[in-house]
Amino acid sequence: MGTLMEDVIDWGGEIFGREHMETIKACVQCGKCTGVCPGGRITALRTRKIFQMVQQDMREEIYKSPELWFCSTCYTCYERCPKGVKTTDLIRVIRNVASKDGYMHLQHKMVSMYVIKTGHTVPVKEEIGKMREELSKNVYPVDAIAPTVQRIPGVADKAGYPELTDKAEQMEELRTIFKETGHAKFVNFNWDKMDLDVSDEEMEAAGLKKKA
Amino acid sequence: MGEYLGTYAYFLGCITPNRYPGIEAATKKIFKEFGVETKDMQGAACCPAPGAFGSLDLHTWLPIAARNIAIAEEMDLDIYVTCNGCYGSLQEADHLMKEHPKVKEEANRILGKIGREYKGTTKIYHSIVLFHDLIGLDRIKEHVKIPMDGINVAEHYGCHFLKPSDVRGQGSSETPQQIKDLVEAVGAKAVDYKDKLMCCGAGGGVRSYDATTSLDWTRQKVVNAINEGADCMVHPCAFCHLQLDRGQSDMAKVLGVTNMLPIIFFSQFIGLAMGFNEKEVGLDIQKTKIPDKIRDKFNSG
Repeated sequence: MGTLMEDVIDWGGEIFGREHMETIKACVQCGKCTGVCPGGRITALRTRKIFQMVQQDMREEIYKSPELWFCSTCYTCYERCPKGVKTTDLIRVIRNVASKDGYMHLQHKMVSMYVIKTGHTVPVKEEIGKMREELSKNVYPVDAIAPTVQRIPGVADKAGYPELTDKAEQMEELRTIFKETGHAKFVNFNWDKMDLDVSDEEMEAAGLKKKA
Repeated sequence: MGEYLGTYAYFLGCITPNRYPGIEAATKKIFKEFGVETKDMQGAACCPAPGAFGSLDLHTWLPIAARNIAIAEEMDLDIYVTCNGCYGSLQEADHLMKEHPKVKEEANRILGKIGREYKGTTKIYHSIVLFHDLIGLDRIKEHVKIPMDGINVAEHYGCHFLKPSDVRGQGSSETPQQIKDLVEAVGAKAVDYKDKLMCCGAGGGVRSYDATTSLDWTRQKVVNAINEGADCMVHPCAFCHLQLDRGQSDMAKVLGVTNMLPIIFFSQFIGLAMGFNEKEVGLDIQKTKIPDKIRDKFNSG
């Protein structure tokens, strides 16, 4: 394993290009990012400190710091950084590297789980179909369940429209991508159960009750 | 019905169809009124969320976004979206694949497994840009039946429509004008308020990670707008809408805040000015309601 900064540049470099990631080296701790940060006003998030921790290779500390997850990715600091550090993209990549190394909160694993199971981070709910039928009468015609990958058995039928399950093939495409990139593995998604494998400690840390 | 202005592929996303379908139905309806035809992108998935999912695994985020774009390419149409998150993901993925041949190559290696290919032939538009630049302010003015004069609007741009500005190319992220132009075209007044450009507080996985912190953030935004006499907040983002609309009813429970500011998606606001009542633009089914001052215009007309 190299340094945290090397990991960040390698992983993010394959998406944004290495130059984009190497801007982290230009951070001189001026604190402008922290001054303009809306999240920093109400939480312990200090963007400046996060970059310093990467520069000083404080891997363990950064992985365990709750503030890493208080950035809303608003890009205000990215726009205003006088040194051209690609701040918000770096934060996303630092979070990726932490996640890859097993430091991902259950709440965030659930975001992935919903996409794997339903194709959406915000899945359809039972009352939505009725709402959409009303809108079709009052506003403009829309399908009772939107024609995305979610129209599969187990999702559309649970929402009350068992006849709208015509997208099984498209959902399979999406799941193939998850298998191909290995993502399902790093959130502990169990394909046999079609659910996350979750430890009791994770449930407790997320403030959730143990499943019966 | 106006002259035909083109046909666009609608990338639906998650929150628009699954939580605020009024935004979907009204946007299609108002587009149609202006001669813009729309076709749903069949079998698309989550964009996936640039902040929340992008924070977990960008190497999976990219091929999923590429697959979504490839669907529109097969339809031979340009894309429009009604959420800044969708815009952020699709526009950014498209940009990255165009900038870096290796990124495109890797995405296509994965898409090859599912019989698809990203070519880079489809443009990605935010719906607000099509209203502002394709339909244009003059056509919008011509369609106004109930001018929104006397209505004070707090603009909320959200983040990922404008930023990062070096990638998005939507002009200044510090002095944006798009919402101001549109609400003023239908007679309303855009009022300035403290921290107008502040994020809604939901993005980047913050909402799922810590709901109370996220709501406290939103509360500041809403209170700042109310303090400047705003009657409502107009915005271009379904994800912000979830946070600002449902968030205000959650706030009442969590933070004891009860002063609700009506939250209105921009196309629904334009629809009201075109003479469609709140039910006809799907605004009757959300948590915050239209301002009494707007309802009075319909009752007296």
